[in-house]
Amino acid sequence: MLCDSCRERDAVVHLTTIENNAVHQLHLCEKCAAERGVETTVATPKHPLGEFLQAVHQQVATASGTAAAGSDGQRCSFCNTTMADFRATGRWGCARCYTNFEAGIRELLRRVHGNHRHVGRSYRPPMSESLERAAVLGELKDRLRRAIESEQFELAADLRDRIRVME
Amino acid sequence: MSVDLSLLPDGGVGWLDASGRHADIVLSTRIRLARNVEGYAFTGRARDGERLRVLAQVREAVGTLPSLQEAVMYRLDELPPTSRALLHERHLVSKELAGLDAQHPLRSGAAVFLADGMGVMVNEEDHLRLQALRSGFAVEEAYRALEKVDRDLGSRVPYAFHNEFGFLTACPTNVGTGMRASVLIHLPGLVLTKEIGKVLASLQQMGLTYRGLYGEGSEVVGNFFQISNQTTLGRSEEELLDQLLRVVGHVVEREAESRRVLLRDAGYIIEDKLWRAYGTLRYARSLTFDEAMNYLSGVRLAVGLKLISTLSVYTLNKLLIFSQAAHLAFAEGRALTESETNLARARYVRKALEEEAGSVG
Repeated sequence: MLCDSCRERDAVVHLTTIENNAVHQLHLCEKCAAERGVETTVATPKHPLGEFLQAVHQQVATASGTAAAGSDGQRCSFCNTTMADFRATGRWGCARCYTNFEAGIRELLRRVHGNHRHVGRSYRPPMSESLERAAVLGELKDRLRRAIESEQFELAADLRDRIRVME
Repeated sequence: MSVDLSLLPDGGVGWLDASGRHADIVLSTRIRLARNVEGYAFTGRARDGERLRVLAQVREAVGTLPSLQEAVMYRLDELPPTSRALLHERHLVSKELAGLDAQHPLRSGAAVFLADGMGVMVNEEDHLRLQALRSGFAVEEAYRALEKVDRDLGSRVPYAFHNEFGFLTACPTNVGTGMRASVLIHLPGLVLTKEIGKVLASLQQMGLTYRGLYGEGSEVVGNFFQISNQTTLGRSEEELLDQLLRVVGHVVEREAESRRVLLRDAGYIIEDKLWRAYGTLRYARSLTFDEAMNYLSGVRLAVGLKLISTLSVYTLNKLLIFSQAAHLAFAEGRALTESETNLARARYVRKALEEEAGSVG
């Protein structure tokens, strides 16, 4: 988006003002914004979250005594996302990133949301059919073992039949 | 292949029918939940094949769910730009999913399932964006419907969930509940009485935020604001919805109050201003989008103040959607240049007002 004032440079400052009973949105480049007295001492980063995280991350790294630059190379074991990738896009690559970058993310979430603990609806993913079958089979086999140990042969025969059907 | 919207029972715009509470001030209520499917990289990081597998998995699950049995699927990645723009203008898909955003080119596997007042976007920034759209101020009703679809779908498709952080999303600002609940609200009274600045500032203190007509990154036009929760983590869905209900309820009261003040203190000025807006819409030969939005805002206020009684809020709602560029091109059956669009817009608005107006005034 071009600056509304000079129409030359990219607009980086977005002002909402109310004039003559109407809400106006003004998009200005840094230079024109400064000329109009709009505070732009903090350059607007492309992805504010990324920049923000960088600051947090450095704090975390300093606190734990590791060099921030060194841990920058850490990659998510699932999707290969690095801290640098997150800073560039403001997006994580996969669910596993939340575990791999947990400490930094906890601090980030605390600052973004004022909290890092989910208190909303809980969730348990559905078990896949094969997992469910394996769990049921495992339980039946346990019961069979106990039935044999306690010499409940009628029950054991019944359990054995059920296991045979499932296998 | 172009999009066949007749497949949708209500054309996907049932939410425009002005049947909801406070429909003259609150256009619509929209709640969305961001979810990701366990086992795949998030959409932005995923390869084409992964996104197609996500879509296949979701499609299979949707087919088995009673709550989505009637849903129609549109593959955005197989539609031409005009059709995608049409779906976007109806608020049925996001700009990003429609591939209309310069930063986000159209992705393979981008699709949407649409049922009555309900939508599931697949391969948006998150694998799934479930949304419920309702006419007027209908937060509880929208959430009830949405929660059911979410529970159903989540029982067939494993969502990415973390015990401490909640539902995991690509952007950390959505993590936790993954919920963004918003109302599209028309506040000309607060703008005209210059109270709007205070109201918008107080929203932020209450944990809410505002945007323009099309959500994130869009500008405020025609005095339409989208008010939504700012944070998604650390508070339950019910708490977040409660807060929105309370604060928006208060904003609606303030808007109604400022309309009363306007009529009392500046009756003839307001009346003149609003009739001029009506006159322009009724007789103009060319209208830009912003012009149309601003005049429609005036006429909408006039209808709310009962200065114009023969126009329905429903007609005004339809005008907002159907006078947009892609809808005009669709109606004309061809691509339009910008000036042709402005001519077509004025023609469309004129005709709609003529039909409904009869003897206005």
